[in-house]
Amino acid sequence: MSDVADRVKKIVVDHLGVEEDKVTDNASFIDDLGADSLDTVELVMAFEEEFGIEIPDDAAETIQTFGDAVKFITDAS
Amino acid sequence: MFDLTGKNALITGASGGIGGAIATALHGAGAQVALSGTRVEPLEALARDLGERAHVLPCDLSDAEAVDALPKQAAEAMGSLDILVNNAGITRDQIFMRMSDEEWQSVLDVNLTSAMRLCRGVMRPMMKARWGRIVNISSIVGATGNAGQANYAAAKAGLVGLTKSIAYEVASRNITVNAVAPGFIATAMTDKLSDDQKGKINAQIPAARMGQPEEIAAAVLYLASPEAAYVTGSTLHVNGGMAML
Repeated sequence: MSDVADRVKKIVVDHLGVEEDKVTDNASFIDDLGADSLDTVELVMAFEEEFGIEIPDDAAETIQTFGDAVKFITDAS
Repeated sequence: MFDLTGKNALITGASGGIGGAIATALHGAGAQVALSGTRVEPLEALARDLGERAHVLPCDLSDAEAVDALPKQAAEAMGSLDILVNNAGITRDQIFMRMSDEEWQSVLDVNLTSAMRLCRGVMRPMMKARWGRIVNISSIVGATGNAGQANYAAAKAGLVGLTKSIAYEVASRNITVNAVAPGFIATAMTDKLSDDQKGKINAQIPAARMGQPEEIAAAVLYLASPEAAYVTGSTLHVNGGMAML
């Protein structure tokens, strides 16, 4: 697993308080990991901070799953 | 009680009577304050009176870009932003039949839209800090209406809806959002009234007098304090009993 994926997974596990093995590529933050809409905003804020990138609101809306997040951040950084 | 030591507050309309009293009260409780308004001289005079922990950040609230930049400027000046008081307000009174688009829009822009922009601007730092206090200064006329103030009353009622909606969204993050609705308070805004008008107003107030700016500031101080952590989405009416809501 890539370094980006490890760091994203750590943020997700810390923030949502879920088991690490639940955070799979297709895991939806809201449907599978118990996030509410505010959690998803906070995850995006945490990603921005961790990776030093800007994630615009329209892009943030497309980040639904762990895999989406890893792909977006890998492409952006 | 009501110790705001270490907290940083942004107050709009701080050059006015109520805003100045709010800034003085928060500062007196130990907060660092950023004083915003359009008139620089009274802001600087207030900052001089307060001494340490006071910053002047002039801002034209009808300028959307300037409003969007204000929370960041305040956080940079003070180190963080924990308390936002949307107090600034203007009136453009006119009987409704004659109310122009400009009279409507300018009041909505300054009294409602700028508050929305500032609330949005402080969300991110408050969410990160897991602590925040927003106090929006509404008005008794937002609840009761008032002849000649369709624009002002609509904006002040709008603030209450804004307050409640944001309060729902961020309550779980220890951010409270409340409104204070002053009745008639003795300020420059009410000084414009004639003695006859003032007499008629006082006759409608069970307390039989206008309120003092400090009496609004005390309500804001409470809602900004750690003690008010369980109060959110509420409107605290401070009106001498004029409308018991």
